[in-house]
Amino acid sequence: MSAEAPRADDHHLAKTDETAMFERLSRSNLVTTWKWYLGVGVAGAVLLWGLIVFLYMAMVGMGVTGYNKPVFWGLYEASLVFWIGLSHSGTLISAILRLTHATWRAPVLRGAEAMTAFTLMVGGLIPIVHLGRNWRVYYALPYPSSRELWPNMRSPLMWDAMAITTYLIGSLTFLYVGMIPDLALLRDKSAGGRRKFYSALSLGFRGTHAQWRRYHVASTLFAILIIPIAVSVHSIVSWDFAMAKVPGWHSTIFAPYFVVGAIFSGIAGVVIVMAILRKAFRLESVLTPLHFDNLGKLLCTMTLLWGYFYFTEFLTVWYNRNPEEWEVFSSYAGPYLPLFLTMIVCNFVIPFPMLCLKRVRRSISLILVPAISIVIGMYAERLLIVIPSLARRNDPFIWANYFPTWVEFSVMAGAAAMFVLLYMLFAKFFPIMAISDIKERLFHTADRTIGGTTVESIAQVEGEEEAHA
Amino acid sequence: MKHTWAMAIDLDRCTGCGACVVACNAENNIPVIGEAEAGKNRLMHWIRVNRYWEGEYPEAQAVYLPIPCMQCERAPCELVCPVYATYHNEDGLNAMVYNRCIGTRYCANNCPYSVRVFNWYDYKWEKPLDEQLSPDLTVRSRGVMEKCTFCIQRIRRAKETAAEEGREIRDGEVVPACVQTCPPGAMLFGDLADPHSEITRKLKDPRRFRLMEHLGTEPRVVYLKRQKGAGR
Repeated sequence: MSAEAPRADDHHLAKTDETAMFERLSRSNLVTTWKWYLGVGVAGAVLLWGLIVFLYMAMVGMGVTGYNKPVFWGLYEASLVFWIGLSHSGTLISAILRLTHATWRAPVLRGAEAMTAFTLMVGGLIPIVHLGRNWRVYYALPYPSSRELWPNMRSPLMWDAMAITTYLIGSLTFLYVGMIPDLALLRDKSAGGRRKFYSALSLGFRGTHAQWRRYHVASTLFAILIIPIAVSVHSIVSWDFAMAKVPGWHSTIFAPYFVVGAIFSGIAGVVIVMAILRKAFRLESVLTPLHFDNLGKLLCTMTLLWGYFYFTEFLTVWYNRNPEEWEVFSSYAGPYLPLFLTMIVCNFVIPFPMLCLKRVRRSISLILVPAISIVIGMYAERLLIVIPSLARRNDPFIWANYFPTWVEFSVMAGAAAMFVLLYMLFAKFFPIMAISDIKERLFHTADRTIGGTTVESIAQVEGEEEAHA
Repeated sequence: MKHTWAMAIDLDRCTGCGACVVACNAENNIPVIGEAEAGKNRLMHWIRVNRYWEGEYPEAQAVYLPIPCMQCERAPCELVCPVYATYHNEDGLNAMVYNRCIGTRYCANNCPYSVRVFNWYDYKWEKPLDEQLSPDLTVRSRGVMEKCTFCIQRIRRAKETAAEEGREIRDGEVVPACVQTCPPGAMLFGDLADPHSEITRKLKDPRRFRLMEHLGTEPRVVYLKRQKGAGR
């Protein structure tokens, strides 16, 4: 498992140098480079700019954006769907792969779970950003007001708010519980203030048998519980649109279509984040081409699924030619042609053939091409769902197009910077690699000494050859 | 007594002059936003006059369709508001509580008639225009939705007068600004709950139809179809 030349006794558990392994996996916590400070500085500056522009928008009015009548929703709402969509990676990789005992997930899971938590934090703020009166957002909370006013639970926006907060709390708990043994490890290896910090967070985890058993039960339970939440969250986000009387939005296929799209963009996001982590924290020995190969296979499946969903949705409208819906779809060939082409090319034409090739999936620089193109394509897809349907409403007299102004771009750049900043801080202070899971996997494949003889383990670490190659 | 307020718009009489739009602006403290903002499709009008073209030049003919809020019986806008800022009031109208609105703009998206407008800015009334602001209703702040109310302030006033005099509201006592102004008399307002009112009689006209009836919104605004033929 090491980056150096393989040694013959590498498989012997007693010979695994735990300190060396810890240092290799915890590079992000132990070494702080100038690049990290630079990254935090740049992300912080962009976030600050986004905040200033947001305050400007709140003080002056939504008129500074490109919104108009009838396009009352635009870049903000598309970004909301995009960010919530990105969050679906962590759940899939951690929960589903945990339940199916796919052991290769170990080095990927923490990074993916953290991505879930932070994309949700960013996505969850956008509903507040897009309000006309952000300072009155508490009206939507079910608090005991003296006027006995209650929020309207029939509104999909309320379902949305509840789903996102549930998912955020759930995924934060999932992330934290999974991290406890690693926090305990960090506690044992650190001193001073850091030791106090990790002691408090590791909740007295000492690695006793009973604690491990409870940990395993808890993480399995969380894994089972978080899957329905993840599916429901993106279904409900889709219902913000599908429940409306808007041609192009009002579609029964939206819920599963959004879930598939969410997982699709989520995995692409994980691939990008993993490639960056691997490079930045020198994790080449842990994040091997095998992981990218497996993620690439998942991505390939999702490309096909996404393409299928899009095809069926388009086909029914095209065949039926219901004029209200057909006007929306026709505008894809008009002012929204660039968006439409971006979506089709970036979501299917580029990634599908590339991901079919093992050579691409196993090369970290090559797999970044479909991954980045999918993230761009899915952003275009979200915009294409939100905007043309509003721009081509029932009444042709009020048709109007929409293009965002510098305000929306700045605020959304701030949102992206917020994600980067949160992720960088997390990687610095928390174990970004699931050390105990990696050790567990190592243990399963280690050779055992019985008396004087060494018995070779029959379990094989998948993709070992590649790790050594 | 319960009222069923309704409006009839006779498309045969509408000339598309736009007087209703002006009257509504003056009555309801609607800001005048200027050319630049209007170019961005941000007109604040509570009633608009759609103009469509029928036929090809030189036989082309303009068709006008004034669109106020339909005051739907099953209003899609009310359902989606997370804070009950828009609700069904006791007269069956879609009322709007500006103070409660947080500006999600979902109601505007869900309105098939696109009659809801949004306050993009805090609009100003330069002196002496502020003198014409009606004290009967709020000047809305930035970030809230608004729309045609069937001139609810006039309905309220008529109710109060009737109550003071200890009688029911008489037919024709409540007249919204657009109806009052309409030069060709294409618009009519009244109470469908009163079997003898003019609007009850008028809406027996076989020309009647409602806009986008297939959506099941049950609008309170009923149109009378334009007739074709010589002299029209």
